Amino acid sequence: MTAARKSNVIAKYLPVYFVLLGIAGLEVFLAYQHFSTAALLVILLGLAICGGALAVMYFMHLAQERRSLFLTLIPAVIFVLLMMNVIWPDSFRLLHMRPFAH
Amino acid sequence: MNDSEMAMHGHGSALMEGSPYAIPSRKLTMWLFLISDAVTFGAILFGYGYLRTASNDWPAPFKFNPSILNVIIMTFVLITSSLTMLGAVASAKAGDKAKANRFLWSTILLGVIFAGLHIREWFALIDEGVRLFQNPWGSPLFGATFFSITGLHLLHVICGVVAIAVISRGFSRGSLTVGHVETTGLYWHFVDLVWMFVVPLVYLLNISR
Repeated sequence: MTAARKSNVIAKYLPVYFVLLGIAGLEVFLAYQHFSTAALLVILLGLAICGGALAVMYFMHLAQERRSLFLTLIPAVIFVLLMMNVIWPDSFRLLHMRPFAH
Repeated sequence: MNDSEMAMHGHGSALMEGSPYAIPSRKLTMWLFLISDAVTFGAILFGYGYLRTASNDWPAPFKFNPSILNVIIMTFVLITSSLTMLGAVASAKAGDKAKANRFLWSTILLGVIFAGLHIREWFALIDEGVRLFQNPWGSPLFGATFFSITGLHLLHVICGVVAIAVISRGFSRGSLTVGHVETTGLYWHFVDLVWMFVVPLVYLLNISR
């Protein structure tokens, strides 16, 4: 029993491993399809978030920790990353070399 | 117990609260470091997005062969190294030191292969004329963002390889514990996670058609 368990230490992670490889392959495939840059960005970012979530929950075992750890860490990161979106209007302004709004 | 009594007797166990997360402090510290690192990478990727959006001549230099093919192999190597790291942690927890060390050294080998492929990619771009503030194709900021993002990630990989080697040596000698292996594993999976965002944003959105 113990020997069998030892020999299969990574077997239970194989499904997640193959899903992550599949996501990576799908990303490359989609990158060569004729999407607009904005659509491709949304699709690739969505797939990357799915892959990242799988890695955090199962490879980093956050799914097996107490929920308090998840609730302390993840919403804070999401909040900070969402706040960084404040830069985009200025980025689009620069693209067209428009002056600052008054 | 008032403050003076506490000073006399120290922080006795009766006064100490249990961890609200039920994990060792080492592991919690690593989680907090990873969260701050995630925000750092997030800021750099947002900065890259800002510059890319604001430039109307952003280059798309990555051809399928060699760049994207190289990235596919690098991704496979890094995700596989996460699997071997999981094997190391599971074996260490099961008390099989020899197997844990084999998995750790497999992870190191894969990390070194990844770093080698990454450096090869860098040299290929440098040969084509890409520098920090110039390139033959368009916006000169392409090189700055590309080398900053991939360089910071490569630095994490190299630090991870060194850390795993140190942990492996200490664990086999008995001076380090399963907890050290597990905490290093967290770091290594994070390096893998960051790569999952670097590939689509830096490489796949800049494919040469």
